[in-house]
Amino acid sequence: MGEKMNIIESDLTEISDRVVRGEIKAEEVVSQYLAHTQKINPQLNAFVAMNDKALEQAQALDKKRNAGKKLGRLAGVPVGIKDMLCTKGLRTTAGSKILQNFIPPYSATVVERLESADAITLGKTNQDEFAMGSSSETSALGQSMNPWDLTRVPGGSSGGSAAAVAARLVPLSIGTDTGGSIRQPASFCGVVGVKPTYGRVSRYGIVAFASSLDQAGPFGLSVRDCARSLEIISGKDMNDMTTSNLPVPEWEKNLNSDLKGMRVGLPKEFFSDAVSAETRKAVDKAIEIVRAKGGITVDIELPLTKYGVSVYYLVCTCEASSNLARYDGVRFGYRSDFSKGLPADIDEFYSRNRGEGFGTEVKRRIILGTYALSSGYYEAYYKKAGQVRRLLRDDYIKAFQKCDVIMGPVTTSPAFKIGERINNPLEMYLNDIFTVTASLAGLPCMSVPAGFTSNKLPIGVHIIGPHFEEQKMLNVAHAIEGEVNIRKEVPNVIR
Amino acid sequence: MDVAKVAQLARLNLTAEEQAKFQAQLKNILISFEEISKINTEGVEPLVTPVDVELVYRKDEDRVTLSVEEALQNAPERAGNLFRVPPVV
Repeated sequence: MGEKMNIIESDLTEISDRVVRGEIKAEEVVSQYLAHTQKINPQLNAFVAMNDKALEQAQALDKKRNAGKKLGRLAGVPVGIKDMLCTKGLRTTAGSKILQNFIPPYSATVVERLESADAITLGKTNQDEFAMGSSSETSALGQSMNPWDLTRVPGGSSGGSAAAVAARLVPLSIGTDTGGSIRQPASFCGVVGVKPTYGRVSRYGIVAFASSLDQAGPFGLSVRDCARSLEIISGKDMNDMTTSNLPVPEWEKNLNSDLKGMRVGLPKEFFSDAVSAETRKAVDKAIEIVRAKGGITVDIELPLTKYGVSVYYLVCTCEASSNLARYDGVRFGYRSDFSKGLPADIDEFYSRNRGEGFGTEVKRRIILGTYALSSGYYEAYYKKAGQVRRLLRDDYIKAFQKCDVIMGPVTTSPAFKIGERINNPLEMYLNDIFTVTASLAGLPCMSVPAGFTSNKLPIGVHIIGPHFEEQKMLNVAHAIEGEVNIRKEVPNVIR
Repeated sequence: MDVAKVAQLARLNLTAEEQAKFQAQLKNILISFEEISKINTEGVEPLVTPVDVELVYRKDEDRVTLSVEEALQNAPERAGNLFRVPPVV
Protein backbone atom coordinates (compact mmCIF):
# COMPACT_ATOMS: atom_id res chain seq x y z
CA MET A 1 0.00 0.00 0.00
CA GLY A 2 2.99 2.30 0.45
CA GLU A 3 4.61 3.82 3.53
CA LYS A 4 2.64 5.60 6.15
CA MET A 5 3.04 9.28 5.41
CA ASN A 6 3.89 11.34 8.49
CA ILE A 7 1.54 14.25 8.25
CA ILE A 8 2.22 16.03 11.55
CA GLU A 9 4.09 19.31 11.00
CA SER A 10 2.61 19.78 7.53
CA ASP A 11 0.93 22.96 6.44
CA LEU A 12 -2.83 22.69 6.15
CA THR A 13 -2.66 23.65 2.49
CA GLU A 14 -0.41 20.64 1.86
CA ILE A 15 -2.69 18.31 3.84
CA SER A 16 -5.81 19.48 2.04
CA ASP A 17 -4.20 19.26 -1.39
CA ARG A 18 -2.98 15.70 -0.64
CA VAL A 19 -6.40 14.60 0.59
CA VAL A 20 -8.05 16.05 -2.53
CA ARG A 21 -5.50 14.24 -4.76
CA GLY A 22 -6.11 10.98 -2.89
CA GLU A 23 -2.51 10.69 -1.69
CA ILE A 24 -3.65 10.39 1.91
CA LYS A 25 -6.97 9.56 3.50
CA ALA A 26 -8.72 12.04 5.77
CA GLU A 27 -9.10 9.16 8.26
CA GLU A 28 -5.30 8.74 8.33
CA VAL A 29 -4.77 12.49 8.86
CA VAL A 30 -7.23 12.66 11.75
CA SER A 31 -5.88 9.44 13.33
CA GLN A 32 -2.35 10.77 13.36
CA TYR A 33 -3.33 14.12 14.86
CA LEU A 34 -5.55 12.40 17.44
CA ALA A 35 -2.72 10.09 18.52
CA HIS A 36 -0.26 12.98 18.75
CA THR A 37 -2.79 15.05 20.72
CA GLN A 38 -3.47 12.19 23.13
CA LYS A 39 0.24 11.96 23.82
CA ILE A 40 1.11 15.66 24.16
CA ASN A 41 -2.04 17.48 25.28
CA PRO A 42 -1.85 16.40 28.97
CA GLN A 43 1.31 18.48 29.30
CA LEU A 44 -0.28 21.53 27.67
CA ASN A 45 -4.00 21.46 28.44
CA ALA A 46 -4.48 23.07 25.02
CA PHE A 47 -7.58 20.98 24.29
CA VAL A 48 -10.36 20.84 26.88
CA ALA A 49 -12.84 18.72 24.94
CA MET A 50 -12.46 16.36 21.99
CA ASN A 51 -14.94 15.74 19.17
CA ASP A 52 -15.61 12.03 19.54
CA LYS A 53 -17.13 12.02 16.03
CA ALA A 54 -13.93 13.29 14.36
CA LEU A 55 -12.82 9.91 12.99
CA GLU A 56 -16.32 9.12 11.76
CA GLN A 57 -16.52 12.52 10.01
CA ALA A 58 -13.14 11.87 8.38
CA GLN A 59 -14.34 8.47 7.14
CA ALA A 60 -17.44 10.13 5.70
CA LEU A 61 -15.19 12.59 3.90
CA ASP A 62 -13.15 9.73 2.38
CA LYS A 63 -16.41 8.17 1.19
CA LYS A 64 -17.40 11.50 -0.34
CA ARG A 65 -14.10 11.64 -2.23
CA ASN A 66 -14.41 8.04 -3.39
CA ALA A 67 -17.87 8.86 -4.74
CA GLY A 68 -16.23 11.45 -6.98
CA LYS A 69 -17.65 14.47 -5.17
CA LYS A 70 -15.66 17.71 -5.08
CA LEU A 71 -13.93 18.39 -1.75
CA GLY A 72 -13.51 21.75 -0.07
CA ARG A 73 -10.29 23.75 0.34
CA LEU A 74 -9.76 22.52 3.90
CA ALA A 75 -10.42 18.86 3.07
CA GLY A 76 -9.42 16.59 5.94
CA VAL A 77 -7.80 19.41 7.93
CA PRO A 78 -8.22 18.89 11.68
CA VAL A 79 -9.09 22.13 13.47
CA GLY A 80 -9.02 23.26 17.08
CA ILE A 81 -11.93 25.57 17.89
CA LYS A 82 -11.63 28.02 20.78
CA ASP A 83 -14.24 27.22 23.40
CA MET A 84 -15.72 30.66 22.82
CA LEU A 85 -17.37 29.43 19.59
CA CYS A 86 -20.56 27.37 19.69
CA THR A 87 -20.19 23.89 18.23
CA LYS A 88 -23.51 22.06 17.90
CA GLY A 89 -23.67 19.03 20.16
CA LEU A 90 -20.17 19.61 21.53
CA ARG A 91 -19.76 21.22 24.94
CA THR A 92 -18.92 24.93 24.79
CA THR A 93 -17.84 26.66 28.01
CA ALA A 94 -16.10 29.92 27.07
CA GLY A 95 -13.65 28.80 29.79
CA SER A 96 -16.30 29.38 32.46
CA LYS A 97 -17.98 27.40 35.20
CA ILE A 98 -21.18 29.26 34.33
CA LEU A 99 -21.29 27.33 31.02
CA GLN A 100 -19.63 24.15 32.25
CA ASN A 101 -22.39 21.89 30.96
CA PHE A 102 -23.62 23.96 28.03
CA ILE A 103 -24.20 21.99 24.83
CA PRO A 104 -25.04 24.44 22.04
CA PRO A 105 -28.04 23.59 19.85
CA TYR A 106 -26.36 25.31 16.93
CA SER A 107 -22.89 26.06 15.55
CA ALA A 108 -21.23 29.40 14.98
CA THR A 109 -21.16 30.57 11.36
CA VAL A 110 -17.35 30.28 11.46
CA VAL A 111 -17.66 26.59 12.42
CA GLU A 112 -20.28 25.92 9.73
CA ARG A 113 -18.08 27.52 7.07
CA LEU A 114 -15.08 25.43 8.14
CA GLU A 115 -17.23 22.29 7.94
CA SER A 116 -18.55 23.31 4.50
CA ALA A 117 -14.91 23.46 3.39
CA ASP A 118 -14.55 19.87 4.71
CA ALA A 119 -12.39 20.68 7.73
CA ILE A 120 -12.83 18.37 10.74
CA THR A 121 -13.25 19.76 14.26
CA LEU A 122 -10.75 17.87 16.42
CA GLY A 123 -11.79 19.51 19.67
CA LYS A 124 -12.30 22.68 21.71
CA THR A 125 -9.34 24.69 22.89
CA ASN A 126 -8.74 26.36 26.23
CA GLN A 127 -8.97 30.08 26.91
CA ASP A 128 -9.20 32.71 29.62
CA GLU A 129 -12.75 32.83 30.99
CA PHE A 130 -15.02 34.77 28.59
CA ALA A 131 -11.85 35.77 26.72
CA MET A 132 -10.91 38.07 29.59
CA GLY A 133 -7.22 37.67 30.07
CA SER A 134 -3.76 37.63 28.49
CA SER A 135 -2.42 34.37 29.85
CA SER A 136 -5.05 31.58 29.77
CA GLU A 137 -4.73 31.48 33.56
CA THR A 138 -8.33 32.43 34.30
CA SER A 139 -9.90 29.38 32.65
CA ALA A 140 -12.23 27.35 34.86
CA LEU A 141 -10.82 24.31 33.04
CA GLY A 142 -7.25 24.83 34.25
CA GLN A 143 -4.20 26.66 33.00
CA SER A 144 -2.74 26.07 29.54
CA MET A 145 1.05 25.82 29.10
CA ASN A 146 3.40 27.27 26.52
CA PRO A 147 4.85 24.39 24.43
CA TRP A 148 8.24 26.16 24.24
CA ASP A 149 8.53 26.36 28.06
CA LEU A 150 5.99 24.56 30.18
CA THR A 151 6.56 26.94 33.11
CA ARG A 152 5.35 29.86 31.01
CA VAL A 153 2.01 31.05 29.75
CA PRO A 154 0.99 30.48 26.13
CA GLY A 155 -0.60 33.92 26.21
CA GLY A 156 -4.29 34.69 26.10
CA SER A 157 -7.04 34.69 25.81
CA SER A 158 -6.69 32.21 22.91
CA GLY A 159 -3.79 30.38 24.59
CA GLY A 160 -5.09 26.88 23.94
CA SER A 161 -5.56 27.57 20.22
CA ALA A 162 -2.06 28.99 19.84
CA ALA A 163 -0.44 26.19 21.86
CA ALA A 164 -2.31 23.53 19.87
CA VAL A 165 -0.85 24.73 16.57
CA ALA A 166 2.63 25.35 18.01
CA ALA A 167 2.71 21.79 19.37
CA ARG A 168 1.40 20.46 16.04
CA LEU A 169 -1.72 19.00 17.70
CA VAL A 170 -3.62 20.52 14.75
CA PRO A 171 -2.39 22.48 11.72
CA LEU A 172 -5.19 25.03 12.14
CA SER A 173 -7.01 26.52 15.07
CA ILE A 174 -9.52 29.32 15.47
CA GLY A 175 -9.25 31.97 18.16
CA THR A 176 -10.93 35.26 18.95
CA ASP A 177 -9.27 38.63 19.36
CA THR A 178 -10.86 41.53 21.24
CA GLY A 179 -7.77 43.46 22.40
CA GLY A 180 -4.97 41.15 21.27
CA SER A 181 -6.17 37.67 22.15
CA ILE A 182 -5.03 36.09 18.88
CA ARG A 183 -1.92 38.18 18.22
CA GLN A 184 -0.34 37.94 21.66
CA PRO A 185 -0.61 34.14 22.04
CA ALA A 186 0.55 33.77 18.42
CA SER A 187 3.63 35.79 19.33
CA PHE A 188 4.22 33.90 22.60
CA CYS A 189 3.83 30.51 20.89
CA GLY A 190 5.71 31.21 17.67
CA VAL A 191 2.84 30.76 15.21
CA VAL A 192 1.02 33.01 12.76
CA GLY A 193 -2.20 34.56 14.10
CA VAL A 194 -4.56 36.90 12.25
CA LYS A 195 -7.32 39.24 13.42
CA PRO A 196 -9.35 40.37 10.40
CA THR A 197 -10.95 43.80 9.90
CA TYR A 198 -13.98 44.22 12.17
CA GLY A 199 -16.91 42.98 10.09
CA ARG A 200 -14.96 40.50 7.92
CA VAL A 201 -15.91 37.47 9.97
CA SER A 202 -19.32 36.75 11.44
CA ARG A 203 -19.71 36.81 15.21
CA TYR A 204 -22.88 34.72 15.07
CA GLY A 205 -22.57 31.84 17.52
CA ILE A 206 -19.48 33.29 19.19
CA VAL A 207 -19.96 33.95 22.89
CA ALA A 208 -20.05 37.73 23.06
CA PHE A 209 -17.48 39.56 25.18
CA ALA A 210 -17.23 43.05 23.62
CA SER A 211 -19.41 43.26 20.55
CA SER A 212 -17.70 46.25 18.93
CA LEU A 213 -14.29 44.57 19.20
CA ASP A 214 -14.63 40.76 19.00
CA GLN A 215 -13.36 39.05 15.85
CA ALA A 216 -12.54 35.41 15.17
CA GLY A 217 -9.42 34.51 13.21
CA PRO A 218 -7.01 31.67 12.39
CA PHE A 219 -3.75 30.40 13.88
CA GLY A 220 -1.47 28.51 11.50
CA LEU A 221 2.15 27.54 10.87
CA SER A 222 2.33 29.70 7.75
CA VAL A 223 0.83 32.89 6.35
CA ARG A 224 -0.58 30.87 3.44
CA ASP A 225 -2.45 28.60 5.85
CA CYS A 226 -3.95 31.62 7.59
CA ALA A 227 -4.81 33.30 4.28
CA ARG A 228 -6.73 30.25 3.03
CA SER A 229 -8.61 29.65 6.27
CA LEU A 230 -9.43 33.34 6.63
CA GLU A 231 -10.99 33.27 3.14
CA ILE A 232 -13.12 30.30 4.17
CA ILE A 233 -14.52 31.90 7.33
CA SER A 234 -14.95 35.47 6.01
CA GLY A 235 -17.90 37.07 4.27
CA LYS A 236 -21.35 38.55 4.76
CA ASP A 237 -23.61 36.69 7.17
CA MET A 238 -27.27 37.65 7.48
CA ASN A 239 -27.13 36.46 11.09
CA ASP A 240 -24.60 39.17 11.98
CA MET A 241 -25.56 42.64 10.85
CA THR A 242 -22.09 44.00 11.49
CA THR A 243 -20.56 41.86 8.73
CA SER A 244 -19.41 43.72 5.64
CA ASN A 245 -20.95 43.44 2.16
CA LEU A 246 -17.47 43.58 0.64
CA PRO A 247 -16.52 40.45 -1.32
CA VAL A 248 -13.79 38.28 0.19
CA PRO A 249 -10.53 38.77 -1.76
CA GLU A 250 -8.36 35.84 -2.90
CA TRP A 251 -5.74 36.43 -0.24
CA GLU A 252 -3.98 33.07 -0.72
CA LYS A 253 -3.68 33.38 -4.49
CA ASN A 254 -2.42 36.96 -4.25
CA LEU A 255 0.24 36.33 -1.61
CA ASN A 256 3.36 38.13 -2.76
CA SER A 257 6.62 38.54 -0.87
CA ASP A 258 7.93 41.17 -3.27
CA LEU A 259 7.40 44.36 -1.28
CA LYS A 260 8.55 46.88 -3.87
CA GLY A 261 6.62 50.08 -3.28
CA MET A 262 5.24 48.97 0.10
CA ARG A 263 5.51 51.78 2.63
CA VAL A 264 5.86 50.49 6.18
CA GLY A 265 5.04 52.92 8.96
CA LEU A 266 7.03 52.71 12.20
CA PRO A 267 5.30 54.62 15.00
CA LYS A 268 7.79 55.97 17.50
CA GLU A 269 5.29 55.15 20.26
CA PHE A 270 5.70 51.41 19.49
CA PHE A 271 9.47 51.54 19.94
CA SER A 272 9.71 52.84 23.50
CA ASP A 273 12.23 51.88 26.18
CA ALA A 274 9.63 49.55 27.64
CA VAL A 275 10.34 47.08 24.83
CA SER A 276 12.86 44.42 25.89
CA ALA A 277 16.19 44.30 24.08
CA GLU A 278 15.56 40.87 22.58
CA THR A 279 12.10 41.83 21.37
CA ARG A 280 13.54 44.95 19.79
CA LYS A 281 16.27 42.91 18.09
CA ALA A 282 13.72 40.51 16.54
CA VAL A 283 11.45 43.33 15.36
CA ASP A 284 14.43 45.24 13.92
CA LYS A 285 15.46 42.11 12.01
CA ALA A 286 11.96 41.86 10.54
CA ILE A 287 12.17 45.50 9.49
CA GLU A 288 15.51 44.83 7.76
CA ILE A 289 13.90 41.97 5.85
CA VAL A 290 11.09 44.27 4.75
CA ARG A 291 13.64 46.76 3.41
CA ALA A 292 15.60 44.00 1.67
CA LYS A 293 12.41 42.88 -0.08
CA GLY A 294 11.80 46.36 -1.47
CA GLY A 295 9.77 47.97 1.30
CA ILE A 296 10.35 51.54 2.41
CA THR A 297 10.09 52.45 6.08
CA VAL A 298 8.41 55.70 7.09
CA ASP A 299 8.39 57.35 10.50
CA ILE A 300 4.85 57.96 11.69
CA GLU A 301 3.12 59.04 14.87
CA LEU A 302 0.27 57.52 16.82
CA PRO A 303 0.30 60.03 19.67
CA LEU A 304 -2.69 58.62 21.58
CA THR A 305 -1.14 55.14 21.89
CA LYS A 306 -0.48 55.55 25.61
CA TYR A 307 -4.19 56.03 26.31
CA GLY A 308 -5.12 52.82 24.49
CA VAL A 309 -5.21 50.55 27.54
CA SER A 310 -7.49 52.93 29.47
CA VAL A 311 -9.86 53.37 26.55
CA TYR A 312 -9.90 49.65 25.81
CA TYR A 313 -10.54 48.53 29.37
CA LEU A 314 -13.39 51.01 29.68
CA VAL A 315 -15.04 50.14 26.35
CA CYS A 316 -14.70 46.36 26.67
CA THR A 317 -15.75 46.12 30.31
CA CYS A 318 -18.83 48.27 29.65
CA GLU A 319 -19.82 46.12 26.69
CA ALA A 320 -19.08 42.95 28.66
CA SER A 321 -21.21 44.05 31.61
CA SER A 322 -24.12 44.23 29.20
CA ASN A 323 -23.31 41.06 27.25
CA LEU A 324 -22.84 38.96 30.37
CA ALA A 325 -26.21 40.01 31.83
CA ARG A 326 -27.74 37.07 29.96
CA TYR A 327 -26.06 34.58 32.30
CA ASP A 328 -28.80 34.47 34.90
CA GLY A 329 -29.36 30.74 35.43
CA VAL A 330 -32.91 30.85 34.01
CA ARG A 331 -32.79 29.23 30.57
CA PHE A 332 -29.28 27.79 30.43
CA GLY A 333 -26.01 27.82 32.32
CA TYR A 334 -25.13 27.40 35.95
CA ARG A 335 -27.82 27.57 38.58
CA SER A 336 -27.03 27.53 42.27
CA ASP A 337 -28.41 24.79 44.52
CA PHE A 338 -31.58 26.18 46.09
CA SER A 339 -32.74 22.88 47.56
CA LYS A 340 -31.84 23.96 51.09
CA GLY A 341 -33.42 27.39 50.87
CA LEU A 342 -35.32 29.32 48.27
CA PRO A 343 -34.04 32.72 47.16
CA ALA A 344 -35.74 35.64 48.91
CA ASP A 345 -36.49 37.28 45.57
CA ILE A 346 -35.48 37.29 41.92
CA ASP A 347 -32.45 39.49 42.57
CA GLU A 348 -31.05 36.98 45.03
CA PHE A 349 -31.73 34.20 42.51
CA TYR A 350 -29.72 36.02 39.84
CA SER A 351 -26.99 37.20 42.21
CA ARG A 352 -26.26 33.74 43.61
CA ASN A 353 -26.20 32.06 40.19
CA ARG A 354 -23.88 34.69 38.80
CA GLY A 355 -21.77 35.06 41.93
CA GLU A 356 -21.07 31.34 42.05
CA GLY A 357 -20.76 30.83 38.30
CA PHE A 358 -18.35 33.62 37.30
CA GLY A 359 -14.63 33.69 38.11
CA THR A 360 -12.75 36.57 39.71
CA GLU A 361 -11.47 38.38 36.61
CA VAL A 362 -14.89 38.27 34.99
CA LYS A 363 -16.52 39.65 38.12
CA ARG A 364 -13.91 42.40 38.37
CA ARG A 365 -14.62 43.49 34.79
CA ILE A 366 -18.39 43.33 35.22
CA ILE A 367 -18.10 45.60 38.28
CA LEU A 368 -15.83 48.02 36.41
CA GLY A 369 -18.08 48.12 33.34
CA THR A 370 -21.29 48.48 35.37
CA TYR A 371 -19.79 51.39 37.27
CA ALA A 372 -18.51 53.11 34.12
CA LEU A 373 -21.98 52.92 32.59
CA SER A 374 -23.87 53.98 35.69
CA SER A 375 -25.69 57.23 36.15
CA GLY A 376 -23.29 60.03 37.10
CA TYR A 377 -20.22 58.23 35.74
CA TYR A 378 -21.27 57.39 32.20
CA GLU A 379 -20.03 60.69 30.72
CA ALA A 380 -16.61 60.68 32.36
CA TYR A 381 -15.89 57.05 31.56
CA TYR A 382 -17.85 55.27 28.82
CA LYS A 383 -18.73 58.30 26.72
CA LYS A 384 -15.27 59.82 27.11
CA ALA A 385 -13.65 56.52 26.14
CA GLY A 386 -15.85 56.42 23.04
CA GLN A 387 -14.75 59.90 22.06
CA VAL A 388 -11.06 59.05 22.51
CA ARG A 389 -11.70 55.89 20.52
CA ARG A 390 -12.73 58.00 17.53
CA LEU A 391 -9.57 60.08 17.89
CA LEU A 392 -7.47 56.90 18.06
CA ARG A 393 -9.05 55.66 14.84
CA ASP A 394 -8.49 59.06 13.24
CA ASP A 395 -4.78 58.80 14.16
CA TYR A 396 -4.55 55.53 12.23
CA ILE A 397 -6.45 56.84 9.20
CA LYS A 398 -4.10 59.82 9.12
CA ALA A 399 -1.05 57.54 9.44
CA PHE A 400 -2.26 55.35 6.58
CA GLN A 401 -2.03 58.36 4.26
CA LYS A 402 1.74 58.02 4.62
CA CYS A 403 2.11 54.23 4.70
CA ASP A 404 0.51 50.96 3.58
CA VAL A 405 1.04 48.93 6.75
CA ILE A 406 2.27 49.64 10.26
CA MET A 407 4.79 47.47 12.13
CA GLY A 408 5.98 47.13 15.69
CA PRO A 409 6.31 44.66 18.56
CA VAL A 410 3.29 42.65 19.69
CA THR A 411 4.25 42.92 23.37
CA THR A 412 7.08 44.49 25.33
CA SER A 413 8.56 41.09 26.21
CA PRO A 414 8.04 37.38 25.46
CA ALA A 415 5.98 34.79 27.36
CA PHE A 416 6.07 35.40 31.11
CA LYS A 417 6.04 32.79 33.85
CA ILE A 418 2.77 31.25 35.01
CA GLY A 419 1.62 33.11 38.13
CA GLU A 420 3.85 36.12 37.48
CA ARG A 421 1.17 38.70 36.61
CA ILE A 422 -2.15 37.17 37.63
CA ASN A 423 -2.33 38.93 41.00
CA ASN A 424 -1.88 42.40 39.58
CA PRO A 425 -4.70 43.13 37.15
CA LEU A 426 -3.42 46.55 36.03
CA GLU A 427 0.01 45.06 35.21
CA MET A 428 -1.73 42.34 33.21
CA TYR A 429 -3.78 44.95 31.32
CA LEU A 430 -0.66 46.96 30.44
CA ASN A 431 0.56 43.86 28.53
CA ASP A 432 -1.85 44.88 25.82
CA ILE A 433 -0.48 48.35 25.08
CA PHE A 434 0.55 47.62 21.47
CA THR A 435 -2.41 45.47 20.47
CA VAL A 436 -5.49 47.30 21.77
CA THR A 437 -5.53 50.40 19.58
CA ALA A 438 -5.76 48.41 16.33
CA SER A 439 -8.77 46.59 17.82
CA LEU A 440 -10.42 49.85 18.88
CA ALA A 441 -9.96 51.16 15.34
CA GLY A 442 -11.35 47.92 13.82
CA LEU A 443 -8.20 47.37 11.74
CA PRO A 444 -6.89 44.04 10.42
CA CYS A 445 -3.74 43.01 12.24
CA MET A 446 -1.58 39.96 12.80
CA SER A 447 1.47 38.46 14.43
CA VAL A 448 4.11 36.58 12.45
CA PRO A 449 7.10 34.83 14.12
CA ALA A 450 10.26 36.92 13.83
CA GLY A 451 12.76 35.08 16.01
CA PHE A 452 13.58 33.62 19.42
CA THR A 453 15.13 34.87 22.63
CA SER A 454 18.40 33.37 23.84
CA ASN A 455 16.34 30.91 25.91
CA LYS A 456 14.28 29.78 22.90
CA LEU A 457 11.11 31.80 23.54
CA PRO A 458 9.32 32.95 20.39
CA ILE A 459 8.95 36.63 19.48
CA GLY A 460 6.39 37.79 16.93
CA VAL A 461 6.16 41.04 15.02
CA HIS A 462 2.89 42.98 14.81
CA ILE A 463 1.62 44.12 11.43
CA ILE A 464 -1.46 46.36 11.06
CA GLY A 465 -3.23 47.07 7.79
CA PRO A 466 -5.84 49.64 6.70
CA HIS A 467 -9.51 48.70 6.95
CA PHE A 468 -10.34 45.77 4.64
CA GLU A 469 -6.82 45.67 3.16
CA GLU A 470 -5.67 42.38 4.68
CA GLN A 471 -3.61 41.55 1.55
CA LYS A 472 -1.00 44.20 2.30
CA MET A 473 -0.44 42.95 5.82
CA LEU A 474 -0.40 39.28 4.72
CA ASN A 475 2.19 40.06 2.02
CA VAL A 476 4.52 41.76 4.47
CA ALA A 477 4.15 38.82 6.86
CA HIS A 478 4.80 36.38 4.00
CA ALA A 479 8.02 38.21 3.11
CA ILE A 480 9.18 38.07 6.72
CA GLU A 481 8.41 34.37 7.23
CA GLY A 482 10.33 33.49 4.06
CA GLU A 483 13.54 35.04 5.34
CA VAL A 484 13.24 34.33 9.05
CA ASN A 485 12.69 30.67 8.20
CA ILE A 486 11.86 29.34 11.65
CA ARG A 487 9.14 27.06 10.32
CA LYS A 488 11.44 24.08 10.90
CA GLU A 489 11.87 24.85 14.63
CA VAL A 490 9.59 22.84 16.87
CA PRO A 491 9.07 22.95 20.63
CA ASN A 492 10.92 20.23 22.57
CA VAL A 493 7.69 19.00 24.14
CA ILE A 494 6.65 17.33 20.89
CA ARG A 495 9.86 15.30 20.38
CA MET B 1 -16.71 53.53 43.93
CA ASP B 2 -18.85 51.58 46.36
CA VAL B 3 -18.23 48.05 45.15
CA ALA B 4 -21.16 46.64 47.11
CA LYS B 5 -23.61 49.06 45.46
CA VAL B 6 -22.26 48.33 41.98
CA ALA B 7 -22.39 44.57 42.63
CA GLN B 8 -26.04 44.96 43.49
CA LEU B 9 -26.67 46.82 40.19
CA ALA B 10 -24.94 43.97 38.37
CA ARG B 11 -26.86 41.30 40.29
CA LEU B 12 -23.56 39.76 41.26
CA ASN B 13 -22.77 38.23 44.66
CA LEU B 14 -19.26 38.89 45.88
CA THR B 15 -17.55 37.26 48.82
CA ALA B 16 -16.30 39.63 51.52
CA GLU B 17 -12.78 38.90 50.31
CA GLU B 18 -13.65 39.74 46.70
CA GLN B 19 -15.36 42.94 47.76
CA ALA B 20 -12.32 44.11 49.72
CA LYS B 21 -9.90 43.11 46.98
CA PHE B 22 -11.92 44.81 44.25
CA GLN B 23 -12.41 47.96 46.33
CA ALA B 24 -8.61 48.45 46.41
CA GLN B 25 -7.78 47.24 42.89
CA LEU B 26 -10.55 49.11 41.10
CA LYS B 27 -9.65 52.33 42.88
CA ASN B 28 -6.13 52.13 41.39
CA ILE B 29 -7.43 51.11 38.00
CA LEU B 30 -9.86 54.02 37.84
CA ILE B 31 -7.19 56.48 38.94
CA SER B 32 -5.05 55.20 36.09
CA PHE B 33 -7.93 55.56 33.60
CA GLU B 34 -8.55 59.14 34.66
CA GLU B 35 -5.68 60.14 32.33
CA ILE B 36 -8.14 60.23 29.42
CA SER B 37 -9.93 63.20 30.97
CA LYS B 38 -6.95 65.32 29.87
CA ILE B 39 -7.66 64.71 26.19
CA ASN B 40 -9.61 67.39 24.32
CA THR B 41 -12.73 65.71 22.92
CA GLU B 42 -14.89 68.77 22.35
CA GLY B 43 -17.35 68.18 19.52
CA VAL B 44 -16.16 64.59 19.07
CA GLU B 45 -18.92 62.04 18.56
CA PRO B 46 -18.21 58.79 20.44
CA LEU B 47 -17.21 55.89 18.17
CA VAL B 48 -19.08 52.69 18.93
CA THR B 49 -18.86 50.47 15.83
CA PRO B 50 -15.35 50.90 14.36
CA VAL B 51 -16.35 50.40 10.71
CA ASP B 52 -19.37 51.74 8.85
CA VAL B 53 -22.24 49.30 8.93
CA GLU B 54 -25.29 49.41 6.67
CA LEU B 55 -28.59 48.36 8.10
CA VAL B 56 -29.95 45.43 6.13
CA TYR B 57 -33.44 44.04 6.47
CA ARG B 58 -34.67 40.54 5.80
CA LYS B 59 -38.13 39.69 4.56
CA ASP B 60 -40.69 39.57 7.33
CA GLU B 61 -41.27 35.86 6.83
CA ASP B 62 -41.83 33.02 9.25
CA ARG B 63 -38.83 30.74 9.60
CA VAL B 64 -37.74 27.85 11.79
CA THR B 65 -34.76 28.50 14.02
CA LEU B 66 -34.72 26.23 17.07
CA SER B 67 -37.25 23.54 17.92
CA VAL B 68 -38.83 23.65 21.37
CA GLU B 69 -36.74 20.65 22.42
CA GLU B 70 -33.50 22.28 21.29
CA ALA B 71 -34.42 25.51 23.06
CA LEU B 72 -35.05 23.62 26.31
CA GLN B 73 -32.15 21.21 26.15
CA ASN B 74 -29.88 23.29 28.40
CA ALA B 75 -32.56 24.29 30.88
CA PRO B 76 -31.38 23.81 34.48
CA GLU B 77 -34.96 22.73 35.21
CA ARG B 78 -37.94 22.31 32.98
CA ALA B 79 -41.63 21.60 33.35
CA GLY B 80 -43.12 20.45 30.05
CA ASN B 81 -42.41 23.19 27.53
CA LEU B 82 -41.53 25.69 30.23
CA PHE B 83 -38.29 26.76 31.91
CA ARG B 84 -38.78 26.16 35.60
CA VAL B 85 -37.47 28.54 38.26
CA PRO B 86 -37.91 28.71 42.05
CA PRO B 87 -40.80 30.91 43.15
CA VAL B 88 -39.37 34.43 43.03
CA VAL B 89 -42.35 36.76 42.91
